[in-house]
Order: sequence, then C-alpha cells, then structure tokens
Amino acid sequence: MTQGKTHREPLLRIAKRDGIARPKAWAIRIIAVLLSLVVSGIFIFAVTKLNPIQVYEGIFDGAFGTPRRSWVTVRDAMMLLCIGVGLAPAFKMRFWNIGAEGQILIGGIVTAGFMRAFGGDISTPLLLVIMAVVSLLAGAAWGMVPATFKAVWNTNETLFTLMMNYVAIQLTSYFVALWENPVGSNTVGVINQRTKDGWFPELFGQEYGLNVVLVLLLTVGMFLYLKYSKQGYEISVVGDSENTARYAGINVKKVTIRTMAISGAICGLAGFIAVAGASHTISTSTAGGRGFTAIIVAWLAQFNTFVMILISFLLVFLQKGAIQIASQFNLNDYASNIITGIILFFILGSEFFINYRIILRGGKEGAK
Amino acid sequence: MSVDQIVQLIQSAIQFGTVILFGAMGEILTEKSGNLNLGVPGIMYLGGIAGLAASFFYEFNNPDPSGFVCLVVSLLAAFAASALGGLLYSFLTITLRANQNVTGLTLTIFGGGVANFFGGTLNSMAGGVGQISVAATSAVYRASIHSVTDFGVVGRLLLNYGFMVYLAIVLAVVLQLFLNRTRMGLNLRSVGENPATADAAGINVSRNKYLATCVGAGISGLGGLYYTMDYIKGTWANDGTIESLGWLAVALVIFATWRTVNAIWGSYLFGLLFWVYLIIPGLGRRDTYLFNMLPYLVTIAVLIFVSLRNKKENQPPASLGLAYFREER
Amino acid sequence: MEHTTAIELRHITKRFGKVVANDDISLEIRRGEILSLLGENGSGKTTLMNMLAGIYFPDEGKILVNGEPTTIASPKDAFACGIGMIHQHFKLVDVFTAAENIVLGLDGERRLDLKAASAKILEISEKYGFSIDPNKKIYDMSVSEKQTVEIIKVLYRGADILILDEPTAVLTPQETDRLFDVMRNMKADGKALVIITHKLHEVMDVSDRVAVLRKGRYIGDVATCDTSPQKLTDMMVGHAVTLNIDRPLVEDRNLRLEVKDLTVLTPDGIKALDHVSFDAYGGEILGIAGISGSGQKELLEAIAGLRVTQPGSHVIYHPPAPDEPIAGQHVPVDKGGEELLGKNPRQIHDIGVSMAFVPEDRLGMGLVGSMGMADNMMLKTYRSGRGPLLDRKPPRQLAERVKEELDVLTPSINTPVRRLSGGNVQKVLVGREIAQNPSVLMTAYAVRGLDINTSYTIYNLLTAQKLKGVAVIYVGEDLDVLLELCDRILVLCGGQVSGIVDGRSTTKEEVGLLMTRFVKEAKEA
Repeated sequence: MTQGKTHREPLLRIAKRDGIARPKAWAIRIIAVLLSLVVSGIFIFAVTKLNPIQVYEGIFDGAFGTPRRSWVTVRDAMMLLCIGVGLAPAFKMRFWNIGAEGQILIGGIVTAGFMRAFGGDISTPLLLVIMAVVSLLAGAAWGMVPATFKAVWNTNETLFTLMMNYVAIQLTSYFVALWENPVGSNTVGVINQRTKDGWFPELFGQEYGLNVVLVLLLTVGMFLYLKYSKQGYEISVVGDSENTARYAGINVKKVTIRTMAISGAICGLAGFIAVAGASHTISTSTAGGRGFTAIIVAWLAQFNTFVMILISFLLVFLQKGAIQIASQFNLNDYASNIITGIILFFILGSEFFINYRIILRGGKEGAK
Repeated sequence: MSVDQIVQLIQSAIQFGTVILFGAMGEILTEKSGNLNLGVPGIMYLGGIAGLAASFFYEFNNPDPSGFVCLVVSLLAAFAASALGGLLYSFLTITLRANQNVTGLTLTIFGGGVANFFGGTLNSMAGGVGQISVAATSAVYRASIHSVTDFGVVGRLLLNYGFMVYLAIVLAVVLQLFLNRTRMGLNLRSVGENPATADAAGINVSRNKYLATCVGAGISGLGGLYYTMDYIKGTWANDGTIESLGWLAVALVIFATWRTVNAIWGSYLFGLLFWVYLIIPGLGRRDTYLFNMLPYLVTIAVLIFVSLRNKKENQPPASLGLAYFREER
Repeated sequence: MEHTTAIELRHITKRFGKVVANDDISLEIRRGEILSLLGENGSGKTTLMNMLAGIYFPDEGKILVNGEPTTIASPKDAFACGIGMIHQHFKLVDVFTAAENIVLGLDGERRLDLKAASAKILEISEKYGFSIDPNKKIYDMSVSEKQTVEIIKVLYRGADILILDEPTAVLTPQETDRLFDVMRNMKADGKALVIITHKLHEVMDVSDRVAVLRKGRYIGDVATCDTSPQKLTDMMVGHAVTLNIDRPLVEDRNLRLEVKDLTVLTPDGIKALDHVSFDAYGGEILGIAGISGSGQKELLEAIAGLRVTQPGSHVIYHPPAPDEPIAGQHVPVDKGGEELLGKNPRQIHDIGVSMAFVPEDRLGMGLVGSMGMADNMMLKTYRSGRGPLLDRKPPRQLAERVKEELDVLTPSINTPVRRLSGGNVQKVLVGREIAQNPSVLMTAYAVRGLDINTSYTIYNLLTAQKLKGVAVIYVGEDLDVLLELCDRILVLCGGQVSGIVDGRSTTKEEVGLLMTRFVKEAKEA
C-alpha cells in the first residue's frame, strides 16, 4: 500500500512565535505600509501616467497643501479616531461591534433634530451640552440593543450590529425627507446657516479646534479607562474568557451591556461632532463608511488608543491625497477607497509575519 | 389595489430578490467552509463593474455586437473579477490568517472603490454622467420568454424575467444538492463545522476554504452583474445601492439558516417587504424609508429566534469566523 | 504468532517553541501485537503518535513503514500507510450522523451513497461486536458511542495499524472490557495496535509489549509477561515510588460545609449531580474519586456559585471560630450556618466566605491567559479599595512573593501566563488561591500534567492548609494519591455519591468498586 511513496518535508512550514520584540514588529508594519505605497503608486501611475514622486507630492499637497486642507485632514482624522476610540472597549471585550455606522447616524439624527428645534431658543453653549448628552444617550441605546440580546441569549452580535446599521440608515433617510430643506432637494441643507446656532464655536481661532480637543480628551480618557480602571480590567477579563470572568465574580451580562453602552455612546458622540462640529447637516453619508473603516483602525491598533491616532492620520492623509490627485486628473473620489483598501490589505497581511515565523525546509534532515 | 399592482409588486420583488439571492448563495457556500466574508458588497460591486466594463468595451469596439458574445464576455468577466476578490480574501484570511471580519470589511471598501472609480471613468468615457449604456448586452439579459401575455397573469408572474432569475433558482437547488448529497459537499461542510476533524480525516482544509470562498465570491458577484445588466438596464450609478443590497444578501444568509433553497423564497420575501409600500395607498415618500427597514428588522427577528431556539441544525457553521492552524497548541 | 514490523520510528525529535516534546525517540510497532505506550501525563506519548497520524511533522528523524522510509505529512498520508488514530478528544462533526462522519474525507464516487456506507458500517460492527446506529447524530450520542464511531471510522478506511489515545479515560469498566475484547479480535486479525495510557492495570491486562516514555525521552520496552506494575512504575517515573505523602491527623475538626441533596442539570437536562449529600470539615482533606465526567466538575462549580442548582439543594457554610487564624471577615450568622446556593462568587465573597477554588481548566477559568502574573493575582480582589481605579501595588507584591516561594519560572511577572509551562501556570493559580487565606480550598485535578516534584509541592501545600484548619476538597484521578493524601474519600458515580470511605483504612479495590457500583446496578436492572 505504501510502496514508492516518498514524500518530502514541506518546503515551508509555519510556527507560532513565542513573542516578538517591539521594534521588530514595528519594522514589519512599516515595511508593509511602504510596500502598500509602492503598489498604490503603481496603480496611480497606471491610471494617470504620472511620475510616482510627483504623485506623492500631489498627495501631500492634497492633505497639507494649504492651512485649510490641513485642518480638514485633521478634522477627518479626529472623526475616525473618535469612532475607533469608541470601538476599542467593545473589541477589547471581543464583542464585534460592526454597528458603529448606525450608532454614529443615530447620534447625528438627534443632534440635528435638537439643532433644528432649539437653535436660537437656547444659547449655543447650553445647546451643545444638551446635544452632546442626547447623542451619547442615543448611541448608547442603539448599542445596548444587540448587547442585551448577546448577553441574555447569546445572539450573534456581528450580524445583529450589522443589521442595525441599515435600520439606522433608513431612519436617517426618513428624517432627511422629514426635514427636507428646501423642499424637493432631498437634503436637509446646512442647519442654522445664518445664525450658526448649535455649531461648534471657534477655538484658538480654529474652526475645528474644539473637535481636536474633544477627541483627544476621549482618546486619553479611554486609554486610562481601559488600562487603569476596575471596569477596564473587567473588560479585559471578559474578553479573554467568560468562564474566568464568572469565576472571578464578574457579572458578564452587566459588563457586556455596560461596555456596549459606552462604545455606542462614544460613536453617538462622534455623530454629534460630525453634525455640530463639521458638516452642520445630516445625511446618510454623515457616517460615510467611517464606522467600518474605524473597525479596521481599532483592530490594527490592538485597542491601543494612541496607536489609533497614527493609523487614523495615515488613512485620512492618503484619502485626502488621493482625492486631490483624482480631481487634478478628472478622476473621481473613489480612488481614495481603492488606496485605503490596498494599504489596509498590506497592514492586515503583515500581522501574519509578526505572529508567526516561517521555517524553510531544513538542510540536515528529511528529504534526500 | 388592482391585479396589475399586485403583479407588478411580485415582479419587482422577484427581480429585487434575485440580486440578493446570488449574493446570499455565494456567501452560504463561503460560510459553509467557515469563512465569514463580510466583503459580499465589495464582491458584488466587483462583479457588477467587471461585467459592465467587459461588455462596454466589446460593444464600444464592435458596432454590431453579437448577443452571445456579449453574454459570455460579461458573465466570465463578472465571475472572474469577483472570484479574484474572493482569492484576495482567502489569501489574507487563510494563508496569512488575518482577521476575517476586518478583511471582509476592507474588501467591501476596496471593491466599492474599484467599482465606483471605474464606473465613473466609464461614464466619462461614454460622454458624461449616466451616459454609459450597454444596450445590446442588457437586451440579452432582459430577454424574456416570448409572448408571455398568452398565459395571462400566470405568465406575467412566472415567465416574464431575464434568464438569470431562473439561473438563480437552478443554482440554489444545485448548491443544496451539492452540499448535502455529494462527498465534496460533505467534506466542505465538515471544514466549516470542525476543521480539526476534517484535517484528521485527510481533507485539505485550506484547499476547501480557498475553493469555496473563490467560487462563492464568483456566485455573489453574479448578483452585481444581474443588478447592472437587468435591474438597472445596463447602466452605472454611484449611488451605493449595490452595497446596501450586499448587506441584505448577508442578512439573507442568516434568514435562510444557511440553506440555499430557503434563500430562494427568503429573497423574494425580502423583495416583497422592500417594495410592499407600492401597494399601500397614501404613503409619502419618506414613509417608504421606514418600510425599507423591514428586511433588516425581519432578519434581526430571525437571528434572535434562532439563538433562542438553539436548534443545532439552524446554527451557523460551528467554526465560522475562525482561522485554522494545525499545530496550534 | 509472527510479529512482522509495521512501523519503525528512528531518532524522532519534535519541539514546540522551546519545549522538547519528543527527544530522539526510536520505537518499533509490530503486527499481531498490542503495544502499550506508557508514560505520565506530558511525557510526549500523544505527540509521538500524532506524528504517525500526520497531525504533527517531526523536526528530526525518520519514519519507516513496512521497511520503507516514508514521509507522513498529512492525515491523508497516514491513511495511505494504513495508519488510523483514535484521538482522545474525538474528531467528530457534531451535526453530522455517524455514517457521515465515517465516510468523511474518503475518495469515491462523487455522489454520496449513505445507504451503501451504512451497510458496510453494520457489517464491520457485526464482525467486531459493536452496536451502532449509522443515522444517529453525534450530538445525541454518549461518549462510548462516539468512541465506537471513531474506531469504525478507521476500520472503514481499512486501517491495519490502529493507535488509541487513552481510550478508556471516558469509559465504564464494562465498556472498557468490551473495547479490550475488540482490540484482541483485531490483534487476532493481524492488525498492529498501539494503546496510549497511563493506567498500569490496563497495560498488564491488554498489551503484549510495553514501551515507556518519560519527559519526552524513550526509556525502553519490555514484554508485558516479563514485567510487573512495580517495574513499569519505576521506568515511568524514574525511581521507585512509594508515594509517602505525609498525612498528619488533625484532632480538632469542625464542620465547615454541609452539602444536602445537591442536584445540578447539564444544559441538555441530564442530571450531572443527583441528590449529592456530604459534610466537609476544617482540618481534613476530603478526596473526591470517580471516573472522569461523574459530576466532579459540576460539584465544585456548584459550591463555588458557578452553577444553577435544582430546588431543594443546599450548601450550608459554617464559619470557623473567630479565634482561628483562618477566621477571616465573616459576618456572624446564627447557628444554622449560611446558605451559599443562590449566591454568585462575588456575593459569597462579600459575606466574608474566603473560598479558594483551583478549577480543572486553568487558563479557561482560573486565570486570564493574556495577562501576566501580577494582573492575575488581583482577579478576585481587584474590586478592593475605593474609587474606580485599580490598585496594582498589592497584586504586584503578591506576584513577586508567589514567584519566589513556589519557584515559578517566568521571564517577568508581566509575561502573559499563557506562555508559561503547565506546571508554572498551576503554581501561579494555586499560589494565588492559597494567598487569600481561605477557609475552604477546592482543587480539581491539581497535579494533572505536573512532574513528580511539583506534584509533591502541591501535596505539601494542601496538607499545610489542612493543618491550618482549612476544609480541603481534592478532586483527583490517581487513586494511589487519593489513598495516601486524603483523610476521607467520597466516591462519585454517575452524579451520585456511591460511598464515603476513610482514607486510612480503605483499599484501592474498595474505591475502584464504588466508582463503578451504580453502573453495574443499572446494567443488571
């Protein structure tokens, strides 16, 4: 039965690393980003026939070419960071909150609603506080629904939160139609354009100063919360093993629901920042897929909120650059999604080389 | 509410359902191998744009295009492009063991970017926004069986569709038989349920996962093709519809409890729920959005119901979403 | 009978990271013979056989099948060589039927003909005396039925070299006897059989030859008829074992736990524990014996507040006297004691009961694998101190202390405990539990997978706790240890208490009999 069967040791074998030095891990990641830039460069060159160096000059110009552009880049990076920070506790608990998109929109809807209803009646600072609170609550509620079902009946949260996104999107469409201005435009238009009631005030003379301050506060706060608080410890234990958590006397259901409330609340707040601090309107593109991109940001940063700052900036920088290139060459904005995709694919792939090592076929034993 | 209205509703539902049926069938095949591919929307985008681009260039260069060539070119291009998307996902998740959820979402972003980027480019090549049209190819896809009016209402309900509607049904039945009645199907399901067991039984886990994911992606991509060729009559619009349909396809997989035959009627039901506002009198435009939530709400209800009943046969494949590494210890 | 060589292993070495699981092992497997592969837990038996089954690939060395150098790179290669392995953890797909599992992965016609497969399955079962329903789903099956499926699976593939990995661990004695009969039938058929085990009486009972492994090294092989359990033990552990565990008698024993009619259901509604009643005293070690899966896990988890119990169950706690060193913070209660059931671990802790519990699943329940020693030390105490922030100083000090006192080998107290070896993980867990100054200490399989020296460290720690007046409950699998360590032994059988015996006067035979009593009665009925 076995005659003539002379197999050889496989050419490549893969073994899990026991751990990797931090500089080496970062070197691998940086190589991945550089490779992805080369591939993106080839793509752009293929489409535009531009010298790649010029391309990257263009990208830099698009992201930081003028103070205005720089601030838009900062604003968008802060937005992405804020959502990533919101997702961090959920992911640390191994709860797949794919529902950030919906949680942002719900936060945005209530913000827009309050802005329309009370702009002018309530002073802007007070109105901002109220809008922040209601967007937090709305996001929390939206996040707690799937969390409760997960906690009580172990309903699959990945698919549940995903579906909740589309409920939120349809709800947004409904409110856009309800608040349509002017009639027939199918948009809400800029809310309180003349009075700027309920808009973020300028801070340090910068339009988006408050965005930066708010999000950075959240970033630091979340880092401390996860690392040094008792609740953060509970999240880590539940994320590692539910049985261990129960053994330690942790109420897993309560922690699950509470953590998702926090996660949803921050995503809701991101909706508030997007509406009151940036676009001053509401539409289905208020979230604009950032709820999904932020998942990737949070995952790649392995829940470290400071690493998220880096990744958010990298992604937004490239997106802005790609949009600039696209408009220079009469291409459309979607080029930025392609480039985002390429970069993320490379970074995702690079994690493999951090966690595993590859063993080439040994010379001394095996095949002859 | 007239008979015409109801016939029209059912027709719309079936056409709508067919888009997501393809998407869901591909995803069922993929998930049966244990891969949760959240890149379905991206893959459907890839299928749609590749089919459209292929037939566009064929029609663009041939003043008198042959219907058969149109069909073959667009089908092959759509299937191949989507399968390539699946291959990318497979390489990252199976070989490089990247996280499935994150990789899938990235694929959705990437696929949407590629499709809309080239869709926009094709539009401008064709002379401006909304100008691209592949009339000849679309005609092949939209051709229905002759003189259906002969059969009255029944004919209009059952026979008045392009061939892909019937292809979807046939494919669903074939897939069901494949999964449950063949050795390959059995092996594939075991990979998704318990890869260590499959491995010990001598089944090549990686090969099964690669094949199921790539072929599954190819099938999902046909949903995008059907959408561009038949549903919106051979044009392109950057309006994000394919993405929302893609997520509905993911929802349908759950609704059908991972059975392709269930997905047939499930998809039509989703279509009915989506279009049901057509026959409800006195609705404003904004109310239609509330009705459009229905498929998602129904899916959530099914998800909860399945987790409540906890019946083994209705659960997702046991190792769904997990990477497999033989020497893990 | 002629014993032709089926497989020859030459200088096999296998490493996992820094751990050498198999070190330069050479071994022969012969046809018409049952070979016992004997060794303690963790001695590398399963790893070695997994390389024949194509699950692992050797780092060094050669495998010869029928005299031909062969590379077994995958399970498929193993089948091609006629090798079939029945794993300890069954490799079956739960939602498939027996027949589907058996034909899984086979080449053949494209169409799946389950009828023909069922016929062939029934034919095989008839030949060897199995009973099996090919259309039954695995999730509806008992453990021994699942094992039957596994064995038929390899026979169906025409395997003539069978490897059974600890096949009797989950079987009743009757089922074990039946299995051994089947194995002898196969031997008579000229098949080569390997049974991996650490139970000496089974070795003596069924095998023709014994090969012994110790700590990944090959010690030697002997014909069963030329050896004795004593000699094999010597080979297995390296030196003559008279266990000699110190067992002082504590005169002043106080009632600590009163367990009455404790009944626990499994998620499927089967009684995992059926009206279990016993008392546990401070100052004694109460051993719990029983074949695995008799309700030991459920018993400890129920007492610890981790299981839902049926109405009528009681676990009454009697606090130690206030002047005892282990008195702790217990809120004084009336004479009747304190009901623990219905409270979760946190509530039990909050009423001042210091209950230490070393669960069977160390990394899945007792510890957080991704955290270091320091963070694991505060698993049960992280809530202490006011305010929302953690106080990391005490756990860090405790971690340093445990590391020093128990000789834990770890690069640092912040290295994730998942990366430590089994023995060190256990030391971390036991160290933490004892450090909380418990009045009740429960351990499940506390020495499983540990080397002899570490095992003794654990025994001594438990005895020291007993001397302090702690009520120690020790769930064990090694009867020799139970008989020398425990003051009393409670025997569980099928979720019921089949007897409570005095550890000093009972015999191995008596306990062994009790472990199977209910099964036999059920069979006779």
